[in-house]
Amino acid sequence: MLLIDCPFCGKRPEVEFHCGGEAHIARPADPAQVDDAIWAEHLFVRKNPRGLHAERWRHLHGCGQWFNALRDTYTDRFVETYKAGEQPKHPLTETRA
Amino acid sequence: MLESRFLARRVGALDTAARAVSPSSGVEVRALGPATRLSFRVRLGDAQPKLAGLDLAINRMVGTGERWCARLGPDEWLTGAPEADNELIQGEIEQALEGCFHSLVDVSHRDVGFEISGAAAAQALNAGCPLDLGDAAFPAGSAARTLLGKVEIVLLRPSDAPVYRVDCWRSFAAYVHGFLVEAADSTVAV
Repeated sequence: MLLIDCPFCGKRPEVEFHCGGEAHIARPADPAQVDDAIWAEHLFVRKNPRGLHAERWRHLHGCGQWFNALRDTYTDRFVETYKAGEQPKHPLTETRA
Repeated sequence: MLESRFLARRVGALDTAARAVSPSSGVEVRALGPATRLSFRVRLGDAQPKLAGLDLAINRMVGTGERWCARLGPDEWLTGAPEADNELIQGEIEQALEGCFHSLVDVSHRDVGFEISGAAAAQALNAGCPLDLGDAAFPAGSAARTLLGKVEIVLLRPSDAPVYRVDCWRSFAAYVHGFLVEAADSTVAV
């Protein structure tokens, strides 16, 4: 069973968690000022890398809190988890060929 | 000739409702009566209100028997008390949290409690609960919201004894009871 390290509860089984997609996506401060292309990019375009990926996760059947996680999409290994609003310690530059 | 009648032990769909103790494992599943349960959420910040349970670490609980308080998240607590004490406890909490922005909700009628006891109780719970319930990982005073089969539960371990308390939503109560009785039955005594 895959264990995910919730920043509040510690290591807990994967079935208690829910993935919320890519993390660190900033909504344009004033949506009325950006053109359709930028707005569409904000809404729909995601990195989808093969390698390290910053994701939002929620400990749904636990403490209920949202947090961020750095997961390798190739190995499904969680490299790091950190609280919402923080930045990962691990550099996000690693990608696989 | 089919020999399934010699191999399969039939259990009627509603048989679990009447059973309490599993003869094979000695695990007892007991439905608890009506009780007070209050859910309160408060972001503590710098304020240090004086209230039993507020200073608990996350996923810890205090109290035994009917009066207990568990911290389920960084800003969420669930407390239980005898049914008659509902307004008394609500008053205590409101008084302690006065001036702190908080929510206090009476969820007494939402939840149903079960007590699972016996030397193999943790083993029976693990039939549907993915948590590590060993003494090192889930010692006395532990509390957690987790899953049992398909249902979200709150699991409490008030003391060192192998006695666990499971709280689930009332619409899941029949499922949870059936699940626990089946699990107790299929557990081998330790």
